[in-house]
Amino acid sequence: MWVYEKKLMYPVKVSECNPRLAKYLIEQYGGADGELAAALRYMNQRYSIPDKVIGLLTDIATEEFAHLEMIAAMVYKLTKDATPEQIRAAGLEDHYVNHGISLFYSNAAGVPFQASYIASKGDPIADLYEDIAAEEKARATYQYIIDISDDPDINDSLKFLREREIVHAQRFREAVEILKEDRNAQKIF
Amino acid sequence: MAQMSAKKMKLLEDLQAVDFVLAELTLYLDTHPDDAEALQQYQETAEKRQEIKSAVETQFGALCRNTPLPEQNTPGWDEGPWPWQL
Repeated sequence: MWVYEKKLMYPVKVSECNPRLAKYLIEQYGGADGELAAALRYMNQRYSIPDKVIGLLTDIATEEFAHLEMIAAMVYKLTKDATPEQIRAAGLEDHYVNHGISLFYSNAAGVPFQASYIASKGDPIADLYEDIAAEEKARATYQYIIDISDDPDINDSLKFLREREIVHAQRFREAVEILKEDRNAQKIF
Repeated sequence: MAQMSAKKMKLLEDLQAVDFVLAELTLYLDTHPDDAEALQQYQETAEKRQEIKSAVETQFGALCRNTPLPEQNTPGWDEGPWPWQL
């Protein structure tokens, strides 16, 4: 089971109402390499991965949900005071006419989240390489958002998330090595 | 929306900081389970965390369910402010 704690993993502050930046951030909410995809990917792979890696997948999946909450907090804070004119100017009018000011799991272009973003091959090495690639893609996406964002407070939180992707990728690489060592040991004995 | 004093915000940030150390150590220990130094660091940090969490809950109210209720008239579990409202 999971237990919720009423706090964010890292502080989220916004400099000013900025629905356009929120539109970009939605990519990491419901996009292919976003936090929802990450959390669901790792959680789902736990059941067929060797025991030595289950703990890692569980812990990283759990952290991804904390990241998802941070992205949601950013989008909420950036849009909560937006006027319809600002929403239109930001290119969020298509979202607004369907969802109002509520959040929705879609990418920055408005494409709804889809399960095909997640791979599950049942082969431990294939799945872990998928996870490493996913973390690297998420890191790149955070960098792109930082590149076009002019909000220093949001960028501080985004840099934290970008660094977490690097750490996760590193841990997944170590998991690959652990499984390879295990496989080689089995051949020897 | 409830406002939070600078002192309380500082306390919450202390908890976020100590939790970050634990998050890092947890993932590290997932792939380095025999690192005695990291285990020791985890143990010390986890104990420190309990103290800070208790201080936060005394002032903020419960952070999660399944924990004893704080003594003072602090907000209950289902009362704001919620994290995105701060």
